[in-house]
Amino acid sequence: MSEQVLDREGIARALSRIARQILERNQGASGIAIVGIQRRGDWLARRLAEAIREAEDTAVPVGVLDINLYRDDLQVRADYPVVRTTDIPFDIEGRTVILVDDVLYTGRTIRAALDELKDFGRARRIELAVLIDREGRELPIQADYIGETIEVGPGRTVVVHVHELDRDDNVAVEEVA
Amino acid sequence: MAKNRLRALRHRHLIGLEDYSREEIGLILDTADSFKEVIRRPIRKVPALRGKNVVNLFFESSTRTRLSFELAEKQLSADTLNFASTGSSVSKGESLSDTARNIEAMQVDCVVVRHAAAGAPLFLSQCLSSAVVINAGDGAHEHPTQGLLDLLTMRDALGRLEGLKVALIGDIAHSRVARSNIWGLRKMGADVVVCGPPTLIPVDIEEMGVEVCYRIEDALRGADVIYALRIQLERQQEAFFPSQREYTRLFGIDPERLELAKPEAIVMHPGPINRGVELDSRVADSGRSVILDQVTNGVAVRMAVLYLLNGGGERDAA
Repeated sequence: MSEQVLDREGIARALSRIARQILERNQGASGIAIVGIQRRGDWLARRLAEAIREAEDTAVPVGVLDINLYRDDLQVRADYPVVRTTDIPFDIEGRTVILVDDVLYTGRTIRAALDELKDFGRARRIELAVLIDREGRELPIQADYIGETIEVGPGRTVVVHVHELDRDDNVAVEEVA
Repeated sequence: MAKNRLRALRHRHLIGLEDYSREEIGLILDTADSFKEVIRRPIRKVPALRGKNVVNLFFESSTRTRLSFELAEKQLSADTLNFASTGSSVSKGESLSDTARNIEAMQVDCVVVRHAAAGAPLFLSQCLSSAVVINAGDGAHEHPTQGLLDLLTMRDALGRLEGLKVALIGDIAHSRVARSNIWGLRKMGADVVVCGPPTLIPVDIEEMGVEVCYRIEDALRGADVIYALRIQLERQQEAFFPSQREYTRLFGIDPERLELAKPEAIVMHPGPINRGVELDSRVADSGRSVILDQVTNGVAVRMAVLYLLNGGGERDAA
């Protein structure tokens, strides 16, 4: 059983709201960089950057992070995850980095991303933007910008689709197969 | 490059590219591409293999391969131990199987082995019940990580492997580098021509799916890749060819011969180069040479192999 949480317009509205909040909190776009977490956070990050460019007429640098080499469950997994591209084409030293992911759940991905980012330099500040915030944190981590907070019962999972990878934009809650 | 659908290697060890499928080789090359970025970071270290012990077991001398493996291991945060045959219990007559049992007793996760005897890594993999074995060169059998770094270098420089014409020049008979390259290239759909003095071309080499040429001009014409193998001067007393000068005259790669290959052709060599013997310095140092890219790619490929093979848990032994 699948229950839709956000449709295409819902995602677009959530992202433009987050873009406005980022600009408000940081008093503009200067000194900001956006880093998406593979895979879907990458596409959300690019859209946020585009929304900021439209609002401020400023191009903010965008990077992509694959956190798999920094996971804390590598010792217990049967197979190692596929390592995808990491590309931070700018110096993060002194910048405000907005980390972007699709779903904030246990917080472990964000912990790995913070560890990885620090190996690229010392950002002035790191903020977290997520499309979906759900309960279930296993680490003391919270988001600064949230598209939608939802309650997801046990045995259910949040599935985010972005049209660049999945043909359509939507967010649904599904039974775990 | 996410078109590769394989998510894990089917093999537990890396003994040779002869055993590996096209998909497995593709997965290693794609993973190595991601590791190339890690090598360019300000802090070139990721925690992926924290807590893993890797022992570099070198029964035959090696500088660049051992350094390359050690760097790859350290950049993955593995703990490394180096074991060279001189000064170890090997010189006291310990057998390879006893060495293997001792390694096992020390809870080592991965063994990188180089040995003068072909088959030693395979034997070691059969002695060890849990550790992963990676062949770093065994006799004239295989040097799989060298083959992989060469494939990666060709793919980077020319954008593909399928359909490339690769000319391997020199001592094919004693070359584990040639054998690993031939297996790897054939699986990835490249065409291979081998060329060298008849005494250094194995008689049954065509069975590996390669073409044999004895005139260098025929081998180089239309080639995308010119791969000069190292002439092992230490073997020269065995007189496989009359003189170094004659070898250079017949098989050395100089700027005039380079002209026979495609205009965008690249020049490769596994190192160390005998300058003026198999490769003219003007060729080795030209813009067509990707010899130093091979060295850089070696670290990325070894990181990929170490990462993919040390992927914890139980897998079907193959």
